[in-house]
Parts: sequence; structure tokens; C-alpha cells
Amino acid sequence: MEPITIVTSTVAPMDRADVDTDQIIPKQFLKRIERSGFGEFLFFDWREEDFYLLDRPEYAGARILVAGRNFGCGSSREHAPWALQDHGFDVVIAPSFADIFRTNCTKIGMLPVILPDDDVRAIIGAALDQPGIGMTVDLGESVVVLPDGRSVEFHIEDAVRDRLLNGWDDIGLTLLQSEEIDAYENSREREGPVTTTLL
Amino acid sequence: MGTTLFRKVWDLHEVVPGGPAGPAILYIDLHLVHEVTSAQAFDGLRLAGRTVRRPDRTLATADHNVPTIHRERGIEDELSRLQVEALERNANEFGIPVFSLSSPRQGIVHVIGPELGFTQPGMTIVCGDSHTSTHGAFGALAFGIGTSEVEHVLATQTLPQAMPRTMRITFEGDLPRGVVAKDLILGAIGQMGVAGAQGHVVEYAGPAIRGLTMEGRMTVCNMSIEGGARAGMVAPDDTTFEYVEGRMAAPADFAAAVDRWRDLPSDPDAEFDREMLVDVPSLAPQVTWGTTPGMVAPITGRVPTPEQYDDPTDQEAVRRALEYMGLRGGEAMEDIAIDTVFLGSCTNGRIEDLRAAAEVVRGHSVKDGLRAMVVPGSMAVKAQAEEEGLDIVFSEAGFEWRDAGCSMCLGMNPDILQPGERSASTSNRNFEGRQGKGGRTHLVSPAMAAAAAITGHLVDVRTFDAALAGA
Ligand code: SF4
Repeated sequence: MEPITIVTSTVAPMDRADVDTDQIIPKQFLKRIERSGFGEFLFFDWREEDFYLLDRPEYAGARILVAGRNFGCGSSREHAPWALQDHGFDVVIAPSFADIFRTNCTKIGMLPVILPDDDVRAIIGAALDQPGIGMTVDLGESVVVLPDGRSVEFHIEDAVRDRLLNGWDDIGLTLLQSEEIDAYENSREREGPVTTTLL
Repeated sequence: MGTTLFRKVWDLHEVVPGGPAGPAILYIDLHLVHEVTSAQAFDGLRLAGRTVRRPDRTLATADHNVPTIHRERGIEDELSRLQVEALERNANEFGIPVFSLSSPRQGIVHVIGPELGFTQPGMTIVCGDSHTSTHGAFGALAFGIGTSEVEHVLATQTLPQAMPRTMRITFEGDLPRGVVAKDLILGAIGQMGVAGAQGHVVEYAGPAIRGLTMEGRMTVCNMSIEGGARAGMVAPDDTTFEYVEGRMAAPADFAAAVDRWRDLPSDPDAEFDREMLVDVPSLAPQVTWGTTPGMVAPITGRVPTPEQYDDPTDQEAVRRALEYMGLRGGEAMEDIAIDTVFLGSCTNGRIEDLRAAAEVVRGHSVKDGLRAMVVPGSMAVKAQAEEEGLDIVFSEAGFEWRDAGCSMCLGMNPDILQPGERSASTSNRNFEGRQGKGGRTHLVSPAMAAAAAITGHLVDVRTFDAALAGA
């Protein structure tokens, strides 16, 4: 995956809580077996509404999305972060994320940033009042610079930050521990069901 | 201090312990695979020249896209067909057993794992599907993952995992008549909210849980993700062991396995990071009125109005939900008329669910003009129901009797709601457009769905017989 370090960009606001992955990418687009090309279907049903905020020219090219609490709840579909990333977003900021969505983001080189509710409100407010306004997210320092110029630290696990900063492949990292996996398999009595008896 | 069920299972599966430097590497005992979230993972393996480490711990089935009628014609929708074919191809290439369209074992991934005996206490189980939490009903640690993680498990049979926090939800008191597992979990989600258990593995406890069958416990654990939980678990007991015994993949030395499994339940002095209590005797059958599973009310209640909420974010969410659902707020839940009834899904598509619904349906007919369908969770459930004559009960009443799959739970196959159509559904999600663009979903238990099919509106299953007689 591509490394991510400092992102300075226009902010696109999504002033809603509990945005679920069925909204981010509706099921009819999950039939594709490719990994790319989901961006045009992002928020498909909502975009059909007469006046869809994120399609306004002022927000074009935004790499930062800011949204309400519990963003990405529901289905585990990684198609949701794929669609956001394909559309151009590198960072999503919210007061909280659904667990699987948050993990999925970090596996593909997208950065989920958790900020206090008040700061999120302030960013959404600024982006709505002054469409096109920008901000900066600095992963190395774990700091965001809000549109009003204030710096706010955010928490992210060290291992996740290192992986995102370097664009490391998680599978490659785990395979470095192949010996431990072999040892585990050998040491543990192999109880448990075997599926290949079905073949 | 004692150890929780979750922690015991976790500790047994740590290949590399977690710490300040990084997450633990957890061994995965069983990896379930379906067509929608796996194709890109297999592509990734091929691109990197990797293989599947343990095909013997991997099992695939086609469920999300499959048609539920006229299977002999194959899959008409081209993209769906290509996706199912890709699953078959990938499974064959990597030596993974797969149940596809024509298999008598085909079914929803979370139904077939338990029914074949693959789901057992103390295991770690993952699947590229958020409702993997279902398998926690057996005292397994089971959770949903994304496609990158699917690829990770295929390649390494492990997952890097940060340790989640623990939460215990204790259901206190006995179940009132007519209140079932679906009502317990909807009631709990209503109480804690859709993000209430975020970051936590939940253990469900209390006499009401102990009294549930395995089917009921699966219904409860299935919807853990709807409360935001990482996973849901129930301590294994005799009910669990009796269910597993004799199933195809049950351990050969069953007594020895049971001996091990008896050590799994949380120690009496185990502490949880959070505790929540649900007062069971005060629960009535639950029905959702909005566009998240947390927007739920007793059938005896009314649809709320935005003004009843203090938080402005909640007010706005309720306003939007009411508009989408075509409700004003204030109307009695029982006055809401229904167009479609869907009985099925990994939440409520098991044999016991069909029996409960058939019990209500027997001797009645589906309301004129209403569409009602039964989609068994697996072909084995379908066969069992037919052996018991349930298909006749449903068909004679005017229900469509279908083949197994996810069907209208998410409408990736042709079974969808039309815009504005309103359903009573035994599935788990009432998100906007979940069952079809513009469709309006009310989540209920199987018996409540059956009663709604007969009366044509949401109705209290405890009193609907009398209401019909008086009508
Ligand atoms: S029945 Fe519904 S919730 Fe269950 S696996 Fe299928 S689509 Fe997902």
C-alpha cells in the first residue's frame, strides 16, 4: 500500500451520525470481483438526491472526509474504504468508528482519525460555512491542524502508525514470524474440525 | 482474579503475545469464506505468489448472491454468476471445500458452520462478514473481518489483533410469554445504542440466556455487531454440547472434548471492563421503527417523535429516519401496515425459527395483497422443515417457499423491496435501502413476522389470535 504521512487538503463534511457501509457503497456494487473502480459508486443512493453536498465543486479534490460518530457501522465490506479511497479520500475524521471499518481502512493505507466530538463539530461547521476550507493531518506527529489553526493531537496505535507511514504490507510482516506459527501448530495438539474431509 | 471466557479462548490462540510494540498474532481455527468478500483476497494471493496455508481449516459457500427459486436455471444476473463462479474456481484452485448452488449442504455461511458441527466451543473463527459473531453462541471467539484480513488469514492462518475490552450483558429474570431471543437482543441494543459495545467483546449471561436453545443463542450473538461489538459469546454448557454431539464434524473423542470445553466458562470472580443489565420481565416483543437496529420500541408502544430526544444529533437522526420510513411519529406501532414479510437470514433462518413461525401461521392465511416468503437458512434446514411438513403449512397459508440464501436480508439477488414498500423482516439490519432502494424495514422475531403476514400490519403476537377472532 502507499505510505501516508502529511495530508493537507480541502475538507469534505458529512454531517451525519451512524453512516453505515450500506450507504457508503450499496450492495449492487459488491458483485464486482475487482479491487478498483468503486469510487464512482460512493454514497450512490444519497448522490441521487437533488443536491448532494459532496458533489459541490468547492469540495472537489478533497482528501479529508469528516463525519459524525460511529462512521462505517454495519457490514464488514472492505468495498467501503475502497470506494472512499478510490474517490480520493486518504483520511476520515470522526468522533468514533465501527471497529471493522476502522481496521479495514488501516489495511489499505487510509487513515481513520478519532477526534473529540467538539473538534469534529468545529471542522464540520467550518467546512459547511466556508466550503473549500482546508486543514492538515500529520500522521508522523499524530496531530491535526484544524481550519481555525488550532493543533489537536490524536491517538493511534504505534504499530498501526508505523505501518501506515511506511506503507508496509501486513501479510509480509506476519510471515516474518513464520517460525512462531510453525511452532504453535506443532506444539498444540491439533484438535478441531478438519474441513477437507468434505472433499 | 478469575479469567473471562473471552480471555481463555484468546490465550489459547496467541501465537505471539501482544504488547506495547504491537498487536498479538492470533491463530485462527476456522476460516469461513463466501463469494462477496473473497475474490479480491484470492487475487492478492496469486499476485504475491502465496498459497493458502491451511485449506483444511477453510470452508466456502455461496450464499449472498444466489437465487432462491428456479436454481436449475443457474444464476441469471451476470455479475452475480461471475462472482459465484469465481468462488468455485478459487476454492478448487486452492483445495478448499466449497458448497455451491447445487449442493445439498449450501446455505448461509453462519447457518452451515454450526449445523455441520464445524463451529465448536473454544475455537477462533473468522469470516469476511460482520455476522460471524453468530458462532460465539458456542463459546467460540468469532468475528467479522475485511477482505485484506481474509487474504491475511488465507496466507498465514493468523491475524494481528489488538486486545479488545470485555463487557458482560446480563439478562436478569425470566422470559415473559411470547418474548424470544430476537426481543432480548433488540431490547439490549435499544438500551445501549448501536455503538454501545464498540471495541468490546460481549459475553451474554443470565438465566434468560441459559434457558435459550442454541438457535436462540445464535440469534442473540448474531446481532452483537448491531450493538457495535467486536464479538458476542455465550458460555458453553450442556445445551451446547448436546447440540454439537453427533454432527458431522463433531470431535471423534467427544467426551474428551467436552472435558476441555467445561473449563471455558468465565470464572465466578472474573471481572469485565463493563457491565450492563437488561431487565427481562419488563420486555415486550420488540419492533424497529427507524433506520438503525437501535431505533426500536415494544410492539405495545408508539413511534417516537424527534422532540422526545435531548441530543441534537439524535433529533436529526430521528427526523431523517421518520421521513425515510414514511412515519410521522406518535402513531401506535400496531397501526403500521405491512406489504411484505421476509422470514429468513442468518439471524432467524434456522429450523426452530421456521417452527415458531409455522406455529403462528397454522390454520390462517396471508392477508390479501401481501407478499410473504420463507427463505430457509440452509438447504439442510429446508429439507428438515419439509420432513416436518412446515412447507405445507406455509404454502397453504400463501407464503412462498424458497431455496436457501441471504435473499431479502440484503437483496443482492432478485429478492428485493420496491421503493416505499414496507416489510416485517426477521433479518438484522434496517438501514436505508438495505432490502432494496427506498424499501422500509421493520425488524421482528419469526413469530411476530408470521403474525404480521396474517393481519397485514405489525401486531402483538401474544394477542393477535384473540384480535383475529374478534375481527
Ligand atoms: S443473511 Fe444477511 S446478515 Fe446474514 S450473512 Fe447473509 S446478508 Fe449477511
